[in-house]
Amino acid sequence: MTVLRGRRARRGEAADRVRGRPPLVLMLPALVGLVFLVLPLAGLLVRAPWGTVGTRLGQPQVLEALRLSLVSATIATGLCLLFGVPLAWLLARVPFPGVRLVRALVTVPLVLPPVVGGVALLLVLGRRGLVGEWLDRAFGITLPFTTSGVVLAETFVAMPFLVISVEGALRAADTRFEEAAATLGAGRWTVFRRVTLPMAAPGVLAGAVLCWSRALGEFGATITFAGNFPGRTQTMPLAVYLALETDPQAAIVLSLVLLAVSVAVLVALRDRWTGAA
Amino acid sequence: MLRRASVAAVAALSLAALAAGCGDTKDDKSGKSGGSGDKTLTVFAAASLTETFTRLGKDFEGTHPGLKVRFNFGGSSALAQQITQGAPADVFAAASGTTMKTVADAGDVSGQPTVFAKNRLVIAVPKGDPGKVHALADLAGAKLKVVLCAEQVPCGAAAKQALAAARLTVKPVSQEQDVKAVLTKVRLGEADAGLVYRTDAKAATGQVEGIEFPESAKAINSYPIASLAKAPQSALAKEFVQYVLSQPGKAALSEAGFESP
Repeated sequence: MTVLRGRRARRGEAADRVRGRPPLVLMLPALVGLVFLVLPLAGLLVRAPWGTVGTRLGQPQVLEALRLSLVSATIATGLCLLFGVPLAWLLARVPFPGVRLVRALVTVPLVLPPVVGGVALLLVLGRRGLVGEWLDRAFGITLPFTTSGVVLAETFVAMPFLVISVEGALRAADTRFEEAAATLGAGRWTVFRRVTLPMAAPGVLAGAVLCWSRALGEFGATITFAGNFPGRTQTMPLAVYLALETDPQAAIVLSLVLLAVSVAVLVALRDRWTGAA
Repeated sequence: MLRRASVAAVAALSLAALAAGCGDTKDDKSGKSGGSGDKTLTVFAAASLTETFTRLGKDFEGTHPGLKVRFNFGGSSALAQQITQGAPADVFAAASGTTMKTVADAGDVSGQPTVFAKNRLVIAVPKGDPGKVHALADLAGAKLKVVLCAEQVPCGAAAKQALAAARLTVKPVSQEQDVKAVLTKVRLGEADAGLVYRTDAKAATGQVEGIEFPESAKAINSYPIASLAKAPQSALAKEFVQYVLSQPGKAALSEAGFESP
């Protein structure tokens, strides 16, 4: 710990020396980037029909969609952690032939248009899919058009964010601590649990936050794989899309609700974690 | 010196990027008027018209040397919104009267919209009809997985109307965002039946079977077309509308499964 603290202090001093007037060559593009990201949000706020926000929010269908969104995104994040962290560890720590190919494959859902991801899920897990047909016949389980389907679609799309983030954290972590623990007699599982995971914790958290946000906003794979039915598979993004068809004002209100809730959750999480650190 | 130069370069780049981002529509307009004799006609049309209008556009280009017909196919309500928000379009062909009305009410239509085609619903079932669907009443069966369009989109409104006319209560497993999504679910066998337009079922012949039902007469969709008030090419826009309404236009539409108005 003292080693770490000493290093952190030295890094702080270095940062002080680097400080001073921020160079314009960085500030200008930074500001352009910021304006570009924030301006659409301002557009939503300006155009929002503030007078009717209250009555629109009272509709049971809105609360139902919001609840479904939060629940499914949280379960999806749980699944991503459960399977994604070990996967990231495998990619970062276990050298095996074809690791590069596997790493590329893991990021496929990132580049795949989500609607295509949804179709792919249907082809595998659908009622006539490669695995789905067997699931249906052997256990009577069908996933499309169910809330489990929503969770699966979100997990598929969001997991790469977690894997990439955790793998990066693991690669950046100093392996000498793990080696020291191993020479002191700790098994690989103990090393992972007591040394590797705590050191990668910030990366895991960042990955989980990214993963949750992505799952919350997921649209294409969800509507393609799980369909759209209020209370069962209609999450907020789906409700927003359909509201846009007939009532753009309602769509703006719904988007703002989703935005407000997600920002609130993210800010609360960040405070909790930085407070604890 | 070097530092100052790089600052200037970044500033210039940023401004250029901003200008490129903001000035998209302006660029389009100047591009149109700037060409010597080369003109572009921009047609916003409902997604269900994709195949037919692409063909008609090619033929129209053939009779107008130097003219390029550019299409923006999409959901009618999304297109209507783009037009009322100022997207540069010459012609709008919608899949429903209500979406055309939003554009007309905003004062963006020149003259009166004309209905040029009609479309009716059919029951789409996967090849081989595993759910043994023969009539609309079969959709009310408890074991059947039925997908419909959401009521907010034209095909959903039509489905609701047809089912109401038949006094049937159907519990769909999903309310899809557009008719193509319904077709996908049926094609992959996820759904046992869905209500789609006759033209969609026809385009997917071999993968889905379309079953006609008499109640569809109660929910016929009209497709209106109009040239737009702010059309950059207003004369050509009127000419294209006339072409769609003409004999070759009618033939192409009926071949795709549309009915004449």
